[in-house]
Parts: sequence; C-alpha cells; structure tokens
Amino acid sequence: MLEGIMIGLSAAFSIQNLLMVIAGCLIGTFIGMLPGLGPMSIIAIMIPVAITLGDPTAALILLAGVYYGAIFGGSTSSILLNAPGVAGTVATSFDGYPMALKGEAGKALTIAAVASFAGGTIGAILLMIFAPMLSTVALLFHSAEYFALMVVGLSAIAAFAGTGQVAKALMMTILGLILATVGEGALFNMPRFTLGLMDLQSGISFITLAMAMFALPEAMFLVLNPARGATGKSSEISNLRFTKDEAKIMAPVIGRQSVQGFFIGVLPGAGATIASFLGYAVERNIAKGEAQAEFGKGSVRGLAAPESANNAACTGSFVPLLTLGIPGSGTTAILLGALIALNVTPGPRLMTDTPEIFWAVIISMFIGNLVLLILNLPLIPYIAKILAVPRNFLIPFILFFTLMGAYIGQNNATELLILVGLGVVATILRFADYPLAPLLIGFILGTMLEDNFARSMQLYRGLDFILERPMTMGLLVLAAVLVLLPSYRARRARRRAEGVADGD
Amino acid sequence: MTFSMTRRVAMAAAVASVAFGGMAQAEAHKVLDQLHFVIPGGAGGGWDGTARGTGEALTNSGLVGSASFENMSGGGGGVAIAYMIENAESLDNTLMVNSTPIVIRSLTGVFPQSFRDLTLVAGTIGDYAALVVPADSPIENMEQLMGAYKEQGPDFAVGGGSVPGGMDHLVAAMVMQAAGEDPTALNYIPYDAGGEAMAGLLSGEIDALSTGFSEAIALAEQGEVRIVGVTADERVPAYDSAATFKEQGIDTSFVNWRGFFAAPGTSDEKVAEYISALEAMYETEAWETVRSRNGWVNIFNPGDDFRTFLEGQEKEIGDLMKTLGFL
Repeated sequence: MLEGIMIGLSAAFSIQNLLMVIAGCLIGTFIGMLPGLGPMSIIAIMIPVAITLGDPTAALILLAGVYYGAIFGGSTSSILLNAPGVAGTVATSFDGYPMALKGEAGKALTIAAVASFAGGTIGAILLMIFAPMLSTVALLFHSAEYFALMVVGLSAIAAFAGTGQVAKALMMTILGLILATVGEGALFNMPRFTLGLMDLQSGISFITLAMAMFALPEAMFLVLNPARGATGKSSEISNLRFTKDEAKIMAPVIGRQSVQGFFIGVLPGAGATIASFLGYAVERNIAKGEAQAEFGKGSVRGLAAPESANNAACTGSFVPLLTLGIPGSGTTAILLGALIALNVTPGPRLMTDTPEIFWAVIISMFIGNLVLLILNLPLIPYIAKILAVPRNFLIPFILFFTLMGAYIGQNNATELLILVGLGVVATILRFADYPLAPLLIGFILGTMLEDNFARSMQLYRGLDFILERPMTMGLLVLAAVLVLLPSYRARRARRRAEGVADGD
Repeated sequence: MTFSMTRRVAMAAAVASVAFGGMAQAEAHKVLDQLHFVIPGGAGGGWDGTARGTGEALTNSGLVGSASFENMSGGGGGVAIAYMIENAESLDNTLMVNSTPIVIRSLTGVFPQSFRDLTLVAGTIGDYAALVVPADSPIENMEQLMGAYKEQGPDFAVGGGSVPGGMDHLVAAMVMQAAGEDPTALNYIPYDAGGEAMAGLLSGEIDALSTGFSEAIALAEQGEVRIVGVTADERVPAYDSAATFKEQGIDTSFVNWRGFFAAPGTSDEKVAEYISALEAMYETEAWETVRSRNGWVNIFNPGDDFRTFLEGQEKEIGDLMKTLGFL
C-alpha cells in the first residue's frame, strides 16, 4: 500500500493533475450551487473535456473533483434558499435553512463546509485502507437488504414525530410513496397512474418535486407574510464562525456520520441520499432532551450529520466503481462510461494493472477536499449576502432559479406546469402545517423500496426473505427501533412530568 | 515504475497521433459542425455507450465539429421518442440512438409510437446477447447451465436489465425454448439497469444474467464473470473464448442492432448529411478504436434498407413473442 501511495503522490502532485483538481472543484462548486444541475448532469457535461485530455488519471481526477465539488456546492442552495438541487442535500435543508432564517446563514455555510471537508477526507482515508477488502462487502447486500435499508431510510420521518405531528408526517410519507409509483417502473412493462399523459411516463422528476415542495412555498411565504422576510436575518450574517462549544458538539457527529456515510456509499444503489437521511435520523435519536428538540429548528448536529454523511458516501461510491467496475449510482455510471472511453476498465485488476490511476485518484481526493475548504471559507460571507438582498429582489431570484431548475432537468415545458401545480398544493399543505420533508423522503425512497421488495418477493416466492436473511431482519428491527424510540421517550417524559405534578 | 512510465509515454504518443490525425482530417471532410445525441436511457447503459462512442469517433475523426449528449430516460425510451416528435421543429442536428427495444416496446404498447413516427437515419452496429454466470460458479457451459436449471426449477433465477417481456427477458426465453424447455416457466428477475443486474449476479442473488455481449466482455476480462453462451452465429473475434449457443447445440441467434433516428419531418438533404457522416465514419481509425474496444459488429443499414429491416424484425419478434406468450 505504501508503494501505491507513493505512486499516487507522484502522479497527483504533477502540475497538470493539481490543476485538474482545482479546476474540477471550482466548476463543480459553482455549477452545483444552481438548483437543477446535479453532479450527474455536470459530469456528463464535463466528459468530452475529460476525454480530450487523453490521460485517464487526469480525466478521472478532474471528474472526481467535479463530483465532490457539486455535492459541496449543492448544499448552498439548500441552506440559503431551501431549494435542494440534489436528493443528497435534502436533509441539509432540514436544519440548514432554519439556521439561515435565524440569521446564521454564514455559520450554517461554514458548518456545511467543515462537515463536508471532514466527511470527504475521512471517506478518502477509509477508501485508501479498505477499498480492496470492501469490494466483497458491497456484494453482501441482496435486494432483500436493500429493501430493508430503504425502510431504515424511511424511519428518518420519525424525526418529525417529536413535534407532535406523527400522523401528519406519516400521511405525507405515504403521499410521497404514492407519488413515486407514477410512471413506469423496472418491474412492469406498463406505465402506472400517468392519466394517459406522456409527460408523466417517466414519473415525476425529483427536481420538480423538490422545488415545488420547498422553494416555491418559500417564495410564496415571503410574499404572503412580509414580516417573515423582514425580521433579523439580513443584518446578522456577519456571524460566520461556530463557537468552541458547538465544535465540541459537532465533532463526534461528524466522526460517526463520516464513517457511517462512507459504508452506506459503498453499497451499489444506496448512495449519498440514503446516507444523509440515515445520518440525520440516527443523530436525532442519539441526541438527548433539548438537543433532540432542536432538530428541525436549526440544530448544528442536524446540519453537520447529513453534510458529512453525503460527502463520505460520495467517496464510498468509488469503491464498487473502482474495485468491481459496477456503478452504484447514475453519477458513477457516467464516470464508468468515461473511464471505458479512456481505455481503462475498472475492476479487481485496476489496482494491479494500473495502480497509478487508482492511487492518484485517492490522493487527489485529499487535495480536492482541501481545495474546496480553502475555496469556500473566504467566499462564504459573499455567498451568504444573497439573503441580505431585499425581499422584492430575492423573490424573483428564487422563482427564476426554481423554474430554471425544473426546466433544464428535463428540457420540457410541461415540467413547469407540474411544478406550479404541485407548488400550489405544497403551499396549501404548508399553511395547514403539514411537514413537507417526509413527502420528499417517501418519494425519493419509494421506487427503490418497491423494486427491491418486489424482486425479493419473486426470488423467495413470498415474504420468507425477512425470516431467512438475518441481515434483512436486523435492519428492519433497527428501523422499528428508530421509529418507536422517539415516541416511547416522549411518552415516558410525559408520564414522568405527570408523576411529578401528582406529587407521586 | 519503469513499466508504467513507458506505458504512459506510449499512451501520450497514441493520443498525440490521434489528435494530429483528427486535425488533418478535420480540414479535409467535415460534414457537420455540431451534433447532439439524445439518449433514451440512463448513463452507462448500451444506448449511452453507443451514442458516446459514435460521437467520440465522429469528432476524433473530424467528421463532426463537436458532439453533445443528453440522457433522457423514462417510459422505456418513450419519453425520448415523444420529445423528438414534440420538439421536431427545433431539433436541428439532433439524433436519437435506439435499438431493438423500440420494436419490442411498440409491439407491447409501452409507448404509442413506433419507428414509423420518426425519420430513419441508419442502423450502425450490432451487439450480440449473452448469458453469463459469476466466475466462481460451477457452471462452465450451456449443458451444465441447463442441468442446473432442470434441477432447481424456479429457484434458478435469471436476471436482466430490462422489464419482463423486454429484450433481456426475450433472449433468455429464446434460449430456453431452443433448448427444449418451457420458456414461460423461466424465473426472470428484472433490474433497473445493467449495472444493478450485474451487482445482483455477483452477489449471488441470481444464478445467471442475460445481458449485452459488449457489457459482459468488460467484466469477463476482469475475471469477474464467465460467458456461457453468445447469440452470434460464429465466435466473435473481440472475445473468442466465449462459445456460441449454436456450437453448444442450442439453435439461437440474435443481434441487437443499434442505430440512429432523427426528428419527424427532417429534410432529405439533412438525412443525407447524417448518412454520409456515419458512412464515412466506418473508414476512420477513430471508429475502429471505439468499435474494437466495445466488441461491436459493423452493420451499416441506411435509409430505406433500414426501414425494410425494421419491418422484417417487427414481424419476426412479434411472431416470437406470440409464441412465448408475451403478446
């Protein structure tokens, strides 16, 4: 391994490759900030550039830089505008946006940057040490376990149980699961619930739904509730740093979620989204008392957890790509295509046949994360100033990016009608105090939940897989605990409080 | 270290020569300034590889100034077809890649359109289908695979990256039928994409995988899977250690063609330009590099010949699907 690291160091520190890292990170961050352009589309745009480089090492370093740069930049629109552009940063908005509303946008961006840096760096260390061994772990998961993992991911909705909205959160989750069934799945050769509309045949797009659920109602709220935009948040963005106490609180969260996120990222198909939801759910359950109540209202834990988890998961997704040649996500599938176009076939022999590629990419991840941190920290005050823009300029700005995001994803104007329609529904739901995040969680996980469940049913001809596969059972039990624990705790606390009142 | 250095130098030299060659040719016969590819499926799949490979060859050889790509998955390709039809007037210099599934899916009614609703440009390549097993599987040939299938019945799961009744399923069923088994009894497990199906195979969830030959070669060369049968008539030079079904006594042959379509109403002059760019592409070194790397077979089938071929295939597959009970 040491020899490998040396080869990697010498390759990664060539001037050309250093430039590639920096260019990749810059492009990724800036395009990633725009809602609607996720890492997948940015990488697809960059592929011709990467291929003309000719050198597979430089190309992969460039594309990897774009990848984590985009994830890094993606959190910005989640925090500032409540407009998550990628599924992996939805959980970031849960606490990031409330922080921005409280006037702590600068601090939120700093925490996101530091947590992302830690997640990416810890992920790269784990990748370096465990990549060869992990290729087998990635294959331990069958459809049954993926199904169970999706159920665990859904338990993230329990985070909304504490606010006394269990029923509403459940209804929204189910609505999200229902929306996910629209269109054509992998399992049937006929479309479902499309109302005969071709535009719904591929289902409702994630970006459209995310914009409709989060960004549009936000803009509506700013219009309908002038007081909300006026109070406090514009003047106080000077507060950029988090305190020492907050650092102490976050350190274990970041540590745990970097490791957990990495291992979830290793599983083909799971990726950054599940990692961030799970990270959020787990941290909320670990937190006690007041710290738990803070989740959803601007908790530093709630922001640091998904941010470190999604970056670590991105790094983790390189394990099945590089060691097995199996793309675990749409983004790594594009990377695989680019590698094959450059005459590199990732797989078990990549490390022995072309170690310089394998190690240079890993080393470049360290450099890339450092570049991102150095690049982002000084820029935060300027980026955060977006919120200081007067409301009558900010609203059109949000609307523009919302509509643009939905349009460029699909190149289809019907998408705009769907966006506005869903946006109106979402605004009404928000006035009625329904949490919208569970709907999005249900929607994102729904397809994978159904596909993997149906596959397991077909393979075991029934529900036997739950009993026959201990890991499936274990994950399902974990999901049950994650859902039930918060309400059990709440009841116990209530009973105790009543007991005290009775003088018992 | 020395080895890797020389390798790198060789690679740089190769790249340089390609670049210079491209420049020289660019001045000689550039046919189109810009070409946009619509890919009806996700990245990393067969359509994606075909479009990107063709785009790479066309630009590297200088026949086309620049190429761009757009993945538009959904509706089994129906979304991209609808896009081509709806936006026909604004789609200059845009080609959609497609393949055998456009025939299968319009037969089963997945989407209301068929190839007749588009402007046919040309069929360009073919890819055989293959059945693969994990490299550590005891199954080494079709005889053993059929033995395992007879023994395990529905416990013997065959996966693929298409919906039931889609191409991967059809190929597996064809093989079973040709081997004298009831094709409808096959336990076919559908996956969302070829990559996921391959992960399913390596994890041991399914026993065999029906997939495209070119996708199988990459993993076979890495020593991860074993190809037990190919739907070609004769062994394919790109990977000649893979036996055909025919030589193993199973009379099945199948070619998944891939080709390009333009928006409806595209002018004859424009179609002629597309065809001449694609035709000239076969003569270039850039294409040969892409083709041999992917194990594709050249079949050039432009314009009216393409229409005749598609109509013939539509009838053949339709009859087959009726026999198999999918229609």
